[in-house]
Order: sequence, then structure tokens, then C-alpha cells
Amino acid sequence: MAALAETSDAAETLLLVSNIEVIYNHVVLVLKGVSLSVPRGGITALLGGNGAGKTTTLKAISSLLQSERGEITKGSITYRGEPIAGLNPSELVRKGVIQVMEGRHCFAHLTVEENLLAGAYTRGDGRAAIARDLDLVYDYFPRLKERRRSQAGYTSGGEQQMCAIGRALMSRPQTILLDEPSMGLAPQLVEQIFGIVKRLNEEQGVSFLLAEQNTNVALRYAHYGYILESGRVVMDGPAAQLRENPDVKEFYLGMSEEGRKSFRDVRSYRRRKRWLS
Amino acid sequence: MMASLSRLRLASPEGVGLLLLAAYAAYGLFWLGSIDERDRLFFYEVTLSGLLAGVMYSLVALGFVLIFKSSGIFNFSQGVMALFAGLFLTGFMNDFGVPAFLAIPLTVAVMVAVAFAVERFVLRHLVNQEPIILFMATIGLAFVLEGVGDILWGSDVKPLDVGLPRGASDFLLDGYGLYVEKLEIAAAAVAAVLVVALSLFSQYTRIGRALRAVADDHQAALSVGISLRTIWVIVWSIAGAVALVAGIMWGSKSGVQFSLALIALKALPVLILGGFTSIPGAILGGLIIGVGEKWAEIYLGEVMNALFGLNASWFTAIENWFAYVLALAFLLVRPQGLFGEKIIERV
Ligand SMILES: Nc1ncnc2c1ncn2[C@@H]1O[C@H](COP(=O)(O)OP(=O)(O)OP(=O)(O)O)[C@@H](O)[C@H]1O
Ligand SMILES: [Mg+2]
Repeated sequence: MAALAETSDAAETLLLVSNIEVIYNHVVLVLKGVSLSVPRGGITALLGGNGAGKTTTLKAISSLLQSERGEITKGSITYRGEPIAGLNPSELVRKGVIQVMEGRHCFAHLTVEENLLAGAYTRGDGRAAIARDLDLVYDYFPRLKERRRSQAGYTSGGEQQMCAIGRALMSRPQTILLDEPSMGLAPQLVEQIFGIVKRLNEEQGVSFLLAEQNTNVALRYAHYGYILESGRVVMDGPAAQLRENPDVKEFYLGMSEEGRKSFRDVRSYRRRKRWLS
Repeated sequence: MMASLSRLRLASPEGVGLLLLAAYAAYGLFWLGSIDERDRLFFYEVTLSGLLAGVMYSLVALGFVLIFKSSGIFNFSQGVMALFAGLFLTGFMNDFGVPAFLAIPLTVAVMVAVAFAVERFVLRHLVNQEPIILFMATIGLAFVLEGVGDILWGSDVKPLDVGLPRGASDFLLDGYGLYVEKLEIAAAAVAAVLVVALSLFSQYTRIGRALRAVADDHQAALSVGISLRTIWVIVWSIAGAVALVAGIMWGSKSGVQFSLALIALKALPVLILGGFTSIPGAILGGLIIGVGEKWAEIYLGEVMNALFGLNASWFTAIENWFAYVLALAFLLVRPQGLFGEKIIERV
């Protein structure tokens, strides 16, 4: 009975991060025990301000830390019940976990279409299947189809974000780790991109772990949220609940009953919070 | 937009360079019309032999560019790799009597093994290090390859004959009165085929696309599951094969000898001219240096004497240092090289 419960639980939870610590360059302790889980078919948001450790968490999962002299020194990461901390990014992509990096990182001198095809690098299921998925990506991002022959380096920020997401889709992922898609984009473009993320989630069944500073937008599209502050999860809950939480409202959504508080209050709030936790 | 406009302005250093070049070409054509038949044929021969020597520089520079683009490593050992490949090839053929059609694939296998070893024992441990450290590592590699080659095959000059045609081309000699070695024409043809094959490979295959992706953005390439280690092995293997071709060409002409490693030094000015990241640049740069140094060797002394009354004997060995002077001048005018990849600034 217990075994059965465990397997059904493993089917529900795709990604499980337990209490990880990450150190850069052997000295800088950046994550101080982060735990989170990403359920199949969900959009999970990872929120927090500059330097909170969102990107580091995503890179710890996708193994991109290795190439940045970062190291997981404690804790464990499992994907569908299997430990994945020692794998390299290429093995993870084959398992269905792919990261879309902060700042897009399109291949500047490759055309948009070549960028998308590069996303299919790890696949071995033939040209026909890849061509079908290319069409699928163009269905979701018609703009990319118009720009398919342009060098990605010369496309706009929004197009590059679409290109980066499309490129990840070409690997046929089950889980996309999406880092700060809203960065530097105009509000209606942000809505458009999040709209597509939602559609991909609902229609293609792709699960998302979404790192965002833009709490407002992220909590409208996500199902569940974690709030990270200097390397620790300080709060988590269903997105609807977080949206209504007075602290979140005040410090992340920029609203409060008695109007905006001064910066000093925010600082002391944080200090208090740290002492408490 | 503004940048491309200003690039065309004649007052810019590049504009001045272009004007000078045009004037020089016009003067050259005028001069060519004014000399008699025999001198003109001699000029063609000088030019052709320069072009063909340039092909060799191009091949070495090509290996440099491939490795530099995919890993940001300035591979000092590229010239030694040509020597190393040449030594193994002559070793297989002369010491063990292996026929050329077997010895060449065998040597390619050796170069692939070198690529694996370099990745396993050098690159893997030095990822994320400063470029200068990687550069130093390739200097070390050059010494190791040279030493291993010396220990295994000895340091005497070895003749190499893989069955390439020899002697003067009858067609050019009878038809046009030009004396050109068949070997050099074959070298040029092989180099051309190699370049076309390489660009088709990098343009239209999955691995080729991955090579270009890695050249653009290591991190992003990693993130989509491209294994840098695999790519490095592939690139070093290709560079090894290109080195083998250079080794065969050079060795067929003047025997496989340790001075072969010195052509690597000529590749540096070629790269400055052509740009470190451009394959067409490497080819064109090689040809320009090849022709330029031959012209300088034959004509510059006379010209300087006639124009400025300088002692013509000052310019006798200019072939040896012309390339460096040209590269230096070029650095002042266009530091990114003729075809240095435009850095796309926007993110
Ligand atoms: N390669 C690195 N070496 C050393 N320290 C690093 C490195 N990358 C990040 N850090 C540090 O780790 C901390 C967390 O950075 P991280 O990029 O994970 O934050 P983030 O939440 O993604 O912030 P942002 O919203 O600004 O992207 C920061 O203090 C940062 O300075
Ligand atoms: Mg970040």
C-alpha cells in the first residue's frame, strides 16, 4: 500500500528539490537550503528580487552550474524519482528537462530557424518528426515564421524570447525551466508570452518552473508559487493564495493598505524576517 | 546603420586603405602593360607560386580558425600538428611500407586519437580558465607533439610521395609558356575541395550547426543539450585532418622536416589579415600573404631603389618578414581583419 502511494506520488511530482545548498567558486554560499517541487502539468513560479537565487536554483536543476564553477554541496534533486544531480545538461535534455536561460541567449549568427533546429540536437527520431515540431513551434509563434531567415542576433527582444522558448520546445521537453521571460519586454508583449506559456502548458502538457521578478504577472499565470529571499524559500503556496497574502501584496506586488512604505521599513522588515526564520 | 555608413566614408582609415589599394592596382596594371612579354610571364609565375604558397598558409590558418571559433582557444600547436601528421604518414609509408591509400586513413585515425587525448587530458581540466592559460596549454601541447614525433620517427628530413603528380604542368608550359608545378596545382585543388566540403558541412548538417552554435554561445549550446566535449573532439579531429592535408602538401614539396612547424608562425599574420573567426578570411589572408611576400621578394628592392634610392640589398630576405609588416599595417587599419565576424551587439 505504501509502495503504491509512493509510485503514484512520484507520477504526480516531476521535479523534487530538497534542501539544496549551492556554493560558487568554493566560497560564496548562495542557496542556503532550498526545497521545492514541480508537479506534472503545472506552472510553478519561483519569485524573488535581484540576487535572491532564482537563476542559481534553475541552473542547479539543469546542471548548468557545472560550467560556472558552482557546486551543489548539500541536498538532493530528483526527477520522476531518480536523482539527477550528477547528470550533465545533455542527459537532462534527453530526459525532458530543458532550461531557457535568462537573457535569451539565442545563437546570434544562426538564423531563427537554425536556432530552432539546434534545439532538436539531442533528438534521434528523424527529420520528419523534427519538421512536424518546427511547424508546431511556428503555430505557437507565427512571428518566428516571418523571421525564420533572419539572423537571431538582429531580431527584437520579444522575438528572441520567442526564439529561445521555441528552441527549447524543439527538444520535446516535459519540463521547461524558464528564467525571467519578462525581462526587458513591454507589458503587452509580456502578456502575450505568458499567454503562450499557458497554452503550451494546457495544450501540450508541458510543465513549467518559472523564475520571475515580475510577481504580478507570474502569479496570474502560475498555479503555485515559491518566494525566495537571499537563498531561502521564505513563503510558498497556491498562486491565488499568495496573491491575497498581505506581505506579498506589500513587498512583491507593490500595494498596501496604508500606501507604499518607505525603503527603510522594507529593510527592517527583511531584517526581522531573517531573524525569525 | 550609422556604423555601416561610416565604414564607407573615404576619410576613414579603411577608406584611405581602399583608395591606396585601388591606386596600387591601377599602377600595377599600367606597369604590366608596359613591360615586355618575358617579364610579364615571369610576373605571372611569381604570382602563381605566391598563390600556391599561400594555399599552404591558408590551410594552417583554417585549422586555427576552426578551433578558435568553437572553443576560443588560440591553438599554438596547429603547425606542429601538420608536422606530426606528416611524420606519421611518412613513418607508415617509408618504415612500414604501407601504401598511401591506407597510410592516409591511418594517419587520420592518429589525428582523431590526438583529438580525443587533447580533450581528455587538457581541455576537460581547463574549461572555464582564462584564454591565456589555454593558450599556454597549447604551447605545451606543441612541445609534446614535437617530442613524440621526434622520438618515434627521428628528426631527419623524410621524403614523402603519396602519388601526387610531379613536374611542370605541360598544359600551362606549352599553351602559355608558364612554368608551374603540377604538385602545386593539385595542392590548390585539394585545398579548394576541402574548404567547400567544410563549409557545406558546417552549413547543412546537424553537427555543423552545433559547431556554429557552440561558436556563438557556449552556455546556450550546453543548455540545449549539445555536449561541448563531443564538439571539441570533432573540431580537433577536423583540425587534425586539415593539418594532415597541409603536411602532405608541404612534405611532398620539400620533404617532411621539423621546419614545417614554422609555417604556423606565418599563420599568425594570415589570421590578423583574415580575421580569427572567418574561414573565407583565412583562405584569402593566406593567398594575400603568399602573393605579397613573393612580390615583395622579387620587386620591392628595385622599386624602393628607384623611388627612394634605398639600397636594394636591404630587401633581399624580405620574404621572411614581409608578412609580419603587412599584418602590423593591417592592425592599424582594420583590427578585426578582413572578414572578422561582426559582433552583433544587441542582446
Ligand atoms: N557565477 C557566479 N559566481 C559567483 N556568484 C554568483 C554567480 N552567479 C550568481 N552569483 C551570486 O549568487 C546570488 C544569486 O544570484 P542569482 O543569479 O541566482 O539571482 P537571481 O534571483 O536570479 O537574480 P536576478 O533576478 O537578478 O536574476 C547573487 O548574489 C549573485 O551575485
Ligand atoms: Mg536570475
